[in-house]
Amino acid sequence: MSAALLETTGLDARYGDFQALYGIDSAVASGETVAIIGANGAGKSSYLKAIAGLIRTEPDSVRFEGRPIGGLGAANILKLGIALVPEGRRLFASLTVEENLQIGSYARDVAGPWSLDAIYALFPALQRRRAAPSHTLSGGEQQMAAIGRALMSNPRLLLCDEISLGLAPIVIRNLYEVIPRIKQSGTSIVLVEQDLAQALKVADRVYCFQEGRVSLSGRPAELTREQIHLAYFGH
Amino acid sequence: MLDWIGTIIQGVLLGGLYALFAAGLSLIFGIMRLVNLAHGDLIVLAAFAILALASWFGIDPWLATLLAMPAMFAVGFGLQQLLLNRTLGRDLLPPLLVTFGLSIIIQNGLLEAFTADSRRLRLGAIETASIQLGGNLAIGVMPLLTLGSAIAVILLLNLLFYRTALGRAFRATSDDLEIAQLMGIDHHRIYAIAMAIAMLVATVAALYLGAGANFDPTIGPARLIYAFEAVIIGGLGSLWGTLAGGIVIGVAQTVGAKINPEWQILAGHLAFLAVVLLRPRGLFPRAED
Repeated sequence: MSAALLETTGLDARYGDFQALYGIDSAVASGETVAIIGANGAGKSSYLKAIAGLIRTEPDSVRFEGRPIGGLGAANILKLGIALVPEGRRLFASLTVEENLQIGSYARDVAGPWSLDAIYALFPALQRRRAAPSHTLSGGEQQMAAIGRALMSNPRLLLCDEISLGLAPIVIRNLYEVIPRIKQSGTSIVLVEQDLAQALKVADRVYCFQEGRVSLSGRPAELTREQIHLAYFGH
Repeated sequence: MLDWIGTIIQGVLLGGLYALFAAGLSLIFGIMRLVNLAHGDLIVLAAFAILALASWFGIDPWLATLLAMPAMFAVGFGLQQLLLNRTLGRDLLPPLLVTFGLSIIIQNGLLEAFTADSRRLRLGAIETASIQLGGNLAIGVMPLLTLGSAIAVILLLNLLFYRTALGRAFRATSDDLEIAQLMGIDHHRIYAIAMAIAMLVATVAALYLGAGANFDPTIGPARLIYAFEAVIIGGLGSLWGTLAGGIVIGVAQTVGAKINPEWQILAGHLAFLAVVLLRPRGLFPRAED
């Protein structure tokens, strides 16, 4: 594998007394799309939050472009080029759709493939609703806006937390159609996903988490259903 | 009839002063949910800064206000970065206690530096100038300027909030602090800028406070009550609501005073209680929270 863009070594994460991650070793190469799968409570979201700086970690346990970034804090990590699409969308309620997108490039306004026009080309539905308050959008539109908001910082690495959550299958399919286009722009992607079929379809590699540990990893084509089932549920 | 109209106009104009007191408070609460008990004392501090600059440089208070603004901007920024940011968190009590203590420190510091004497900012002929509206109606130029300044300040703050990238960051931070940090927004810096802007507004308020009546180091908290009432009447976090709230209190006070001079202060508080009873979330509550 080429030099990793993102690397975690022995990554632990805690919420107070509760430990969510136990020594996660993982790597994401430049340009790669990696899916994190696993049951509820397996630590998938905690993994993304730890990388994005929302959970404090040991400095050396997360490296980005070779540089230790654990514990830098979310605002600094965004500026290095890691953007998170949070679980549940979490658009800014008092901002319009376009303002939500603009906030994405507030702190990291760098040249790159993504701009307001490029986001609107990717999600034409957002252009029609650009002046609407974000809370008036449908769930699918909100998810588009949340992805667009993260892309506006032209991240090197895009983290997506459960983008299919609570959405209709047709809407999920439409959202997943844009993943290859984001990939083509050169952005590396880490997807946390419960929808196994979607995850395996777009991912170059998969990590399966079970109770805060990596239980399986590999390329989707090389993994059998039995292996995934066992790694998923542990029995 | 005509003198009632005059009374109400006086009340509206007085409301402009209360809105100026309250605008900074409203801004701070809207962005960081901080109740600043020292806001009134910071306005008095700004009034003494104008007074001191005017006498040191032998300039008039208008010019001194312009000089005091950057100084108060720096005071606000530093205060937030060095002190108040450390008090913000899940618990509402630390910022209340710290700003309460700050209020006492500012009052006593001003007493040491300027004594307890009553002061006034002298603006010359404009203080007594008035515009005749026909009949027996006349309105003072200073009260009119005060209301005009309040409207201008709120207009500018709204432009800042809704037309600039900084304003978007203010609103985003207020909406969802965690996600704002994910967007790379340094919320401590955003809060410091907000407090600095609130101190600019406080300096404008200080000019009209000091020109309209005598002031001494201890009058801050009494003025703060009207400001709090204006913010709550208007609806927490709404700047135009704060102006409306200031006007409600101003009109209630002048109408109360017209009926019986002893009722002036009481009438303002009664109007506040009436609004809280009938519209607990204020006249213009924000859609959220």
